[in-house]
Amino acid sequence: MPVKLPIYLDHNATTPVDPRVLEAMLPYFTTKFGNAASRNHSFGWEAEAAVDKAREQAAALINASPKEIIWTSGSTESNNLAIKGAAAMYEKAPRTAESGRGHIITCTIEHKAVLDPVKRLMREGYDATFIDPPKDGVVRREHIEAALRPDTILVSIMWANNEIGTINEVPEIGALCHERDIIFHTDATQWVGKMPTNVETDNIDLLSWSGHKIYGPKGVGALYVRRRKPRVRLVAQQDGGGHERGFRSGTLNVPGIVGFGAACECCMTDMDKDRERLLALRQHLEESISSQLDVVQINGHPTRRLPHTTNISFGFVEGESLMMGIKEIAVSSGSACTSASLEPSYVLKGLGVGDELAHSSLRFGLGRITTREEIDYTIEHVVKAVNHLRDMSPLYDMHKEGIDISKIEWAQH
Amino acid sequence: MNRKPREGFPWVLKGTHMAYSDKVIRHYEQPSNVGSFGTTSEVKKKKDIGVGIVGAPECGDVMQLQIKVNEKGVIEDAKFKTFGCGSAIACSSLATEWLKGKTLDEGVAIKNTELVQELSLPPVKIHCSVLAEDAIRAAVSDYKKKNGLEAGDDDHQHAKVEAIPCKTNAN
Repeated sequence: MPVKLPIYLDHNATTPVDPRVLEAMLPYFTTKFGNAASRNHSFGWEAEAAVDKAREQAAALINASPKEIIWTSGSTESNNLAIKGAAAMYEKAPRTAESGRGHIITCTIEHKAVLDPVKRLMREGYDATFIDPPKDGVVRREHIEAALRPDTILVSIMWANNEIGTINEVPEIGALCHERDIIFHTDATQWVGKMPTNVETDNIDLLSWSGHKIYGPKGVGALYVRRRKPRVRLVAQQDGGGHERGFRSGTLNVPGIVGFGAACECCMTDMDKDRERLLALRQHLEESISSQLDVVQINGHPTRRLPHTTNISFGFVEGESLMMGIKEIAVSSGSACTSASLEPSYVLKGLGVGDELAHSSLRFGLGRITTREEIDYTIEHVVKAVNHLRDMSPLYDMHKEGIDISKIEWAQH
Repeated sequence: MNRKPREGFPWVLKGTHMAYSDKVIRHYEQPSNVGSFGTTSEVKKKKDIGVGIVGAPECGDVMQLQIKVNEKGVIEDAKFKTFGCGSAIACSSLATEWLKGKTLDEGVAIKNTELVQELSLPPVKIHCSVLAEDAIRAAVSDYKKKNGLEAGDDDHQHAKVEAIPCKTNAN
């Protein structure tokens, strides 16, 4: 069967809505359009019942209680509410203090939706430690332990990294935080729905995730807030009608929430099957590329990675030109040229991947719709494009002549 | 280009195709004059070859331009190798096409703006054309130095590797 082009291999950016999810959502746009906060007629009751069902579906996916789920607009909002809300609730000095309000620990390769809220808190009297990850990208319990201070109030560590897919020691870090009575937040956007999650045994206090990464709609997310042992409290960041038990005011996005719930249920059913299938496809992709090309580097820990994500640096070719050579395949590049800034990926740089290899990296994100034929097409065309570009790469010539490129003094200004 | 790409995002989708001009795509897919007149050490000994290498790997662009000059001072052949984006490849490929048959002085007179115009480069890609202009000057300067002709401008006399300000650091 011929492969249908273009091929989508950017599931870490977003995923298509599953047809089962769309079907569940549709009635809530037109016939069941009520406001879940309307307590005095059937339209409102119907919407509220749908939201309650979705809350149960979402809670079941992470082994939480439905009362512990707060609806948001996505992971960015969940992260903001968790970090700023916990920092304000557990502050060591009042709002008026210019310093000493508490210490927060996070990591340099977190998503900007965690880094930027923490940086804002630093301007408001909090201290923060940004842990440098080791070369394999995995943040471990001992890294957090070394950064702890008597005034540490919050630790925020992502479960799996969005660019390289490495998996941090989240249950172990959670256990450490619970021993020390520190609130533990994890941005689990890339993890939940793909991998088994249990907030009880994994020791999570606050967990963010998003609908559109799990084959649900965009514009809806959730925040898990632990209710017992310990009961976690937050200061609301958005004021209004007191929805979501005062944690997050604003009329609920009922169709989006219904879709989120349905997406969670689909993930429960399909997770094991998807995971095994995608891991086999990813290994096929990595092994084929590594065997057909020299000077290829798979970034991050060799095995402790999400099954559907791989980030590969191709020595001596530049990422954007490589993407031009595989124009029928949608992937993401760590190259500077693909974003507004000309900086190569801060995540790859954070791992100590040189600028030169960071410029040459591609992220492949496999998903539920990915087929074996698509991966075979990808392997063939990536290899072809890399060879085409190496034929015209002066750096590859120097490499073959045995010249150490890192020893050349490139006249930089 | 019939569709203006968003600033800093040069490959807005056009169907499944990135919004490079057709000329850039043509040079990328079928570049003219890829290659070299020998290994690094071999070309050093050849008096009729001038070599210019500009850019830096950390910045994502390295251009190597080699010109072969006959006794009349005419560039009879030119070859390039480039590590960089599609626009950088297209600029070097086009530069080699234009250099052939030109005298050294005519070659040095090629301006980056002419490359920009011919390839319809967006503003974010102008640095690629500047790099190509620098590569031409470096290659001509290298040839002149080898042959004891006028010293060439001082900037290019000693440096083996030339570079324009790295955009990575400029931001």
